[in-house]
Amino acid sequence: MSVTGAPILAVRGATMRFGGFTALSNVTAEFPEGQLTAIIGPNGAGKSTLFNILSGAFPPTEGEVLFRGRNIAGRRQHHFARIGISKSFQITNIFPDLTALENVRIAVQAMTMRFDLWTPRSRLVAMEERAAELLRDVGLIEHQRRVASELAHGEQRALEIAMAIACEPKVLLLDEPTAGMSPEETVEIMRVILSLAERCTVILVEHKMKLVMDISNHILVLHHGEFLAEGTPDQVRANDEVRRVYLGEGRR
Amino acid sequence: MSMTETDNGAGIAARVTDFIRRHRVAAVLIVLVIFPFVLPYQALASNILIFGLFALGFNLVFGYTGVLSFGHAAFFGIGAYGVGIAIVHFGWPWFLAIPLGVVAAGLTAMIMGALAIRTRGIYFAMVTLALAQCVYYIVYQMDDWSGGEDGLTGVSIRQVDLGFAQLSLLDPTVKYYFVLAFVAVAIYLFSRILASPFGAVLEAIRENEDRARACGYDVRLTKWLAFVISGLFCGLAGALYAIHLSVVPIEILHYHMSGQVVMMALLGGMGTFFGPFIGAIVYLLLEDIVTSMTSHWQLVLGLVFMACVLFFPRGIWGSILHWIRR
Repeated sequence: MSVTGAPILAVRGATMRFGGFTALSNVTAEFPEGQLTAIIGPNGAGKSTLFNILSGAFPPTEGEVLFRGRNIAGRRQHHFARIGISKSFQITNIFPDLTALENVRIAVQAMTMRFDLWTPRSRLVAMEERAAELLRDVGLIEHQRRVASELAHGEQRALEIAMAIACEPKVLLLDEPTAGMSPEETVEIMRVILSLAERCTVILVEHKMKLVMDISNHILVLHHGEFLAEGTPDQVRANDEVRRVYLGEGRR
Repeated sequence: MSMTETDNGAGIAARVTDFIRRHRVAAVLIVLVIFPFVLPYQALASNILIFGLFALGFNLVFGYTGVLSFGHAAFFGIGAYGVGIAIVHFGWPWFLAIPLGVVAAGLTAMIMGALAIRTRGIYFAMVTLALAQCVYYIVYQMDDWSGGEDGLTGVSIRQVDLGFAQLSLLDPTVKYYFVLAFVAVAIYLFSRILASPFGAVLEAIRENEDRARACGYDVRLTKWLAFVISGLFCGLAGALYAIHLSVVPIEILHYHMSGQVVMMALLGGMGTFFGPFIGAIVYLLLEDIVTSMTSHWQLVLGLVFMACVLFFPRGIWGSILHWIRR
């Protein structure tokens, strides 16, 4: 392994079965701290399954999920968020009837004020300012008063990222952050992701090969639910196994 | 919510509703204070007041958290029986009996919530319905305490001694304002809860449960807490109902009561502050007017309800808000 930095997140012997179908089979991998790691692989490689295990959406059937060496497999989703593992969804997932600002404020509030039944929300100025700051970071500040469902697709994806970083995550997991985006929107969101990668560890699942090669420091390749290769973009590009899988079975 | 809006051609109607929304507690109370003088008789006014509170409490779970419970009769009923038993069997004064009813309803909600909250959607509705029916049969069987089929009679408070004043609850107008005092405090508390960060979390869960979980909210615990708070408000409504009627009929625990509160919330507008009260007014006024004409009043109510669901799915107040905003 040629990557520097201790792993912040890791899976050890992770297996996931859905009924009789094995979506992920005995995968062991480490995600180095401070790096931008991409999980790639052809369709059905188990990328989303691994993503869901890492983000706590469901526990692996077997194996461990290690956060700074501590096994957190089986903990409930909100624990993952609170220890600093934050995620965006593959399909845009926001609070559709709330404004952009309210969407982010809910995410900010989750870290500090979950059961306050008394203070009027309007007095929580600091929270609102923090939410506005996050919207500025992802380029949505001029849309803060708009209802989220009225935003363009790319803007909704950006809003999701703002919500995902609201808890100041140690690890940010992004599931196909550019899915369904126009080329212009893709460029914009990649710029946002690169700036986020300076602040925290980013792990993303992505289909667009060129993009992955351009932005990530570290790549994990899955194939048919199994570990195939790992390394820097150059190493992965030069790997015969990876070439065979991608070129032999049609490019994605 | 309280942002000063720069005028972008919004009409007077929008400003009026904006004013009402900002001072929603005061707006409800002004209406309720003059209410008995508008209606044909006071008992109907008290009924509307109490069922309005019942629907308000129910709406916290149904309209704001997005969870349909079919078991809220249990909280209304236990609130009523709590007061009834405290007064009839222990001779407690009203100021102890009412809190007892509320606490008893809250405990019932804690248990029912803990058992039901893992289920979602229609399953949650069915589990709460089943549990509420269990409560019904338990109370029905305990006839030494509850009076069984005949209900609990003799829950009468004639005099309320406030130290500086003696209130005779035999006078329906006095009784109305006595009930209103409790409802007013409840409405204020309810409004504070809705405006709080916790209220925001409830709306977030209604909007998107997965996203709320991913943000770091314990959705199950939050829903449970909302369910218990809702149970407390409905328990207070039940407690006041027992005092209003002077008896606790066993029907109060029947699932018909759970259905009635769903209808009121839907008629008025789920997830709106005024909706439950408007729903209670429409439902009970309709009942009052139509029963004087025909014994098949539920047929008429059914038609009105169907028309409402088909043409105004947002409910009466919800539709008004929607039209004004457009």
